[in-house]
Amino acid sequence: MDKPEKKTNRRDFLFTASYTVGAVGVGAIIWPLIDQMNPDKAQQALATTEVDVSQVEPGKSITVLWRGKPVFLKRRTNEEIAEARSVALNDLPDPQKDEDRVKDGKDEWLVMLGVCTHLGCVPLSDKGDYNGWFCPCHGSHYDVSGRIRKGPAPKNMEIPKYEFVNSNIIKIG
Amino acid sequence: MEKFKLVKIFIILIIIIFPKTINSAEQNELLEVNWSFKGLTGKFDRNSLQRGFQVYKEVCSSCHSMQYLSYRNLGEPGGPEFSEEEVKAIAASVEITDGPDSQGEMFTRPGRPSDKFKSPYPNVNASTVANGGAYPPDMSVLVKARPGGANYIYSVLVGYEDPPAGMILDPGVYYNKYMIGNKIKMSAPLLEGIVEYTDGTQASVDQMAKDVTTFLSWAAEPELEERHKTGVKVLIYLILLTILVYLSMRRIWSRIDSEV
Amino acid sequence: MSEHDYIPKSKAGKWFNDRLPLLSLASHLTDYPTPKNLNYWWTFGGILTFCLLTQIITGIVLAMHYVAHADLAFASVEHIMRNVNYGWLIRYIHSNGASMFFLAVYIHIFRSLFYGSYKSPREVIWIIGLLIYLLMMAAAFMGYVLPWGQMSFWGATVITNLFSAIPLVGESITTWLWGAYSVDNPTLNRFFSLHYLLPFLILGLVVLHIWALHVPGNNNPVGIDIKKPSKDTVPFHPYITIKDAFALLMFMIIFAGFVFFAPNVLGHSDNYIQANPMVTPAHIVPEWYLLPFYAILRSVPDKLGGVILMFGAIFILFVLPWLDTSKVRSAVFRPVYKQFYWIFVIDVLMLGYMGAMPAEGIYLVLARVGTIYYFLHFIVILPVVGLLEKTDPIPVSIAEPVLSGGAEPSLAKKDNGKI
Repeated sequence: MDKPEKKTNRRDFLFTASYTVGAVGVGAIIWPLIDQMNPDKAQQALATTEVDVSQVEPGKSITVLWRGKPVFLKRRTNEEIAEARSVALNDLPDPQKDEDRVKDGKDEWLVMLGVCTHLGCVPLSDKGDYNGWFCPCHGSHYDVSGRIRKGPAPKNMEIPKYEFVNSNIIKIG
Repeated sequence: MEKFKLVKIFIILIIIIFPKTINSAEQNELLEVNWSFKGLTGKFDRNSLQRGFQVYKEVCSSCHSMQYLSYRNLGEPGGPEFSEEEVKAIAASVEITDGPDSQGEMFTRPGRPSDKFKSPYPNVNASTVANGGAYPPDMSVLVKARPGGANYIYSVLVGYEDPPAGMILDPGVYYNKYMIGNKIKMSAPLLEGIVEYTDGTQASVDQMAKDVTTFLSWAAEPELEERHKTGVKVLIYLILLTILVYLSMRRIWSRIDSEV
Repeated sequence: MSEHDYIPKSKAGKWFNDRLPLLSLASHLTDYPTPKNLNYWWTFGGILTFCLLTQIITGIVLAMHYVAHADLAFASVEHIMRNVNYGWLIRYIHSNGASMFFLAVYIHIFRSLFYGSYKSPREVIWIIGLLIYLLMMAAAFMGYVLPWGQMSFWGATVITNLFSAIPLVGESITTWLWGAYSVDNPTLNRFFSLHYLLPFLILGLVVLHIWALHVPGNNNPVGIDIKKPSKDTVPFHPYITIKDAFALLMFMIIFAGFVFFAPNVLGHSDNYIQANPMVTPAHIVPEWYLLPFYAILRSVPDKLGGVILMFGAIFILFVLPWLDTSKVRSAVFRPVYKQFYWIFVIDVLMLGYMGAMPAEGIYLVLARVGTIYYFLHFIVILPVVGLLEKTDPIPVSIAEPVLSGGAEPSLAKKDNGKI
């Protein structure tokens, strides 16, 4: 009776090993099938855009495309900056200082992704209750700092990574 | 009975091998180079790739485009692996036409790593006219597009000779020992010392031919090193699993055999 | 059938199974009694299922990145090879997968020819199989056009021009196929659409193929019917599944060898040159799996005749069950047929070889001899041999040759009349 038992143990080990090794292989082949849908190398390489902002007047803004999304570059007037900085943080759904949303010494330039944080529509500029942006899709109001003030959007509009190459050229990404 | 089987296998093998022997009779046998990238674990020689790129840039690229490559590829793993700064510098040395800008005008700017290799001619027709009616083929996948692959490219590059007695060539046509048909419209592109290698390697014709062929092989198959590496792993894995499944199979079928 | 006897153990299982008997089906498939003497040539059904699923999965992925436009197709394939994550792997699996698929299907077909699996009562399985084979050829041909290389373009031109051989309406049909006045962007677009469709039709036919198989059950190397299921058969799972898995893994090792170490040897280098309607490559050859038919096509000096003969070479297979007059299924017990079988195999290989060679001189002569023999085999040799051949004694049951331990059946009785 000993012999068959031993046999069973070895068989169990063999089967478990086969199943395990087989499962590892299936897992390994599934990854390429998933990863192929991630942004490809050409997409990843298009990560930076340089913008010449020398022609933008105070109070005006331009919109450029970066990674397929609009980026708002707004040159704010002193009044607008003052307005943005006078707001009490307690009044904000997503509290953030205006100073933290711009580069030091470049306070007039607000560079942000022009994408509503609710469901991805592009908000209209100079609209809404807070002199900033208004998203027509579901009625979110943003202020002159691009912070959410009213409506269903949960967060302030996102600030992308950017830098000033010189006083006229902004490199996004 | 067994003997019969062997005869059959033999006949089938001959049928499979026969075509190769006949095919090669059509042209001069290509030179065989012991490329580092052949074989199951073959890899490119980085230095050779970097030198090969230099040969391409300084010699070939004045006529041959390489439209499916981007400058960023030069820094990617498995390739020449130039440093990020070097790639940026290589890209920036090229004027790229971009646009239209907000005014609707096209403009030029220095290249970026994400740009495709700049083509020497705006289109195939322009390139054909400029080269005496023979379009210099795009080099992105040239190695894969020629029977014989790397050996063929290398052989043609070093295969320029005086035509055999009695062969009259039209102007602008050259004799090449390994070119299919032996006539080529490209004059011998590599001359002793035409390139001054930055790493100090002696720029002999043979050296340059090997380097640029290595570079073109990588350009055609940038995935080669990853493919070889993954392939070895996959084969080891499959063999292991096959052994396990074979043993499991023996085990399962032994139930039947012992029953009987 | 056994599926009606199956009652799930759990209550929920029973509730579901009463409404949709999927569990009964699963039980039928796992318990399906399979002849215990099946050899490794019988594992190619499972291998082919694997091939089909591999092609469908990798194909769906490739279609996410491929652009079916004459100006962009070639570049999009290079994009897949260079930029898409694992794109090179997925494309090489797909392109080599087509070859592996045909390798397996040819072994499967020749297995059937050797062991007489196409004979009564399995004619419908055979015919469905041939329909699958036809759709495979169509899918493979259209798939080969998609990279829009030189061979793609000129292969498409040559094959679509076959239809122009049809009297009166041929030219109109060809133009209709093209949607233009030559192979052009509309052609590429519709080929892409159909290339995506056909594998799913194949999948449907595969279901019918297996359904039709499960009615009479598997043929087997001795070609006789199951006498005592308890002695002659084993349940499909785990006995056949594990054997299929082992064979599949061996097949995958060869497959992986091609994909990782020689991904382009089965293709043609000209297909890495973008399609150019002004220049035809020096040697136009189809993919290797179509070469025998290509040789038949070229062996006829008449355009229409060549096309008819080429299609005839495939369609004659549909009436094969009625051309073969022998009552004995397996070639193991047919000493004369066995010799002709191997001559036929060599003939098809030779035709394939001639298809790859230029159609001139000795090649053309041999291709013609091969073509004549191909048809002779089906029209004359099979019916006559079946009637005149003195077959070897056939074993009483499947279990017996297994019992005796040897491949050659020793215990047997004369039984070539009724099986």
